[in-house]
Amino acid sequence: MAWCVGARESREKGGRDVSADDGAERIWPPVDYSVGRENIRQFVEASGERRVIYKDSKVSGEAGFRDVVAPPMFAAVYSWRSVRPALADAGIDMTRILHTSQEFVWSEPVCAGDTITTVAELRSRAGSKKASTYVFGTVSHNQEGDEVSRGTWTILVKGG
Amino acid sequence: MKPGDAVPELRVMPDRHLPHPFAGAGEDFNPIHIDPEAARQAGLPGHVLHGLYLMSVVARAAGELAPGDPRALKRLSVEFRDMGVPEQEIIVTGTVREVRDGRAVVDAAAEQSGKVIVGGGEAEIEV
Repeated sequence: MAWCVGARESREKGGRDVSADDGAERIWPPVDYSVGRENIRQFVEASGERRVIYKDSKVSGEAGFRDVVAPPMFAAVYSWRSVRPALADAGIDMTRILHTSQEFVWSEPVCAGDTITTVAELRSRAGSKKASTYVFGTVSHNQEGDEVSRGTWTILVKGG
Repeated sequence: MKPGDAVPELRVMPDRHLPHPFAGAGEDFNPIHIDPEAARQAGLPGHVLHGLYLMSVVARAAGELAPGDPRALKRLSVEFRDMGVPEQEIIVTGTVREVRDGRAVVDAAAEQSGKVIVGGGEAEIEV
């Protein structure tokens, strides 16, 4: 019963259990990501993006952004930083996971210099001894309090 | 732009080492992505691409409906149907399903060696 162990550990670490009325089984404390130009550049190059607006502050500036703007999928970087500890905290063995589906919804753009704060929650868990499906949600805001993205992460854990 | 229009096809060839920089940029060092032996022990043929890399490639293809506008992509949802592997070409295709209120909804998918690796892709783009 890794689930129960994980829940107890979460409370000890500051995570909290919430009632089903909140729509989430558990919510973890916020996690910050300070966005640097080189973080964006590394992601852009690793993901094969070629547009110069994601690399050159002058080009981003001319397009109206305050610094180098991140491509939308940079959400995968800053929000994963909150999901990864949530997975571990929920007692999930990283070598047995399959990422089965993902959704992001974007609002305000993210630029170098921003601090993005993400809260991860476990929305649901269902399954059997063979496999369990966990659905995590993330909501990310910038330092102004504006929402930048929301994610829905569906993860299958082999072996329950 | 109208329903039935195709998104420009995107073809990419991930090299053998690509999961390493992606792991670094995305802080996801799961051994199945960077260690072929660990991947084999997990029942895979070798190290596999990150799902979020595949999603990034789909996002890039869908984004070409509003070229160079980082704010245009408003939503993307995908299903990871099969493992993506290095050193085999990925082909992303998409079709406009509908256009309303200044937004296009695009059905998108990615294939590798004739297998659908990303399916059920749905993107909303301001156009």
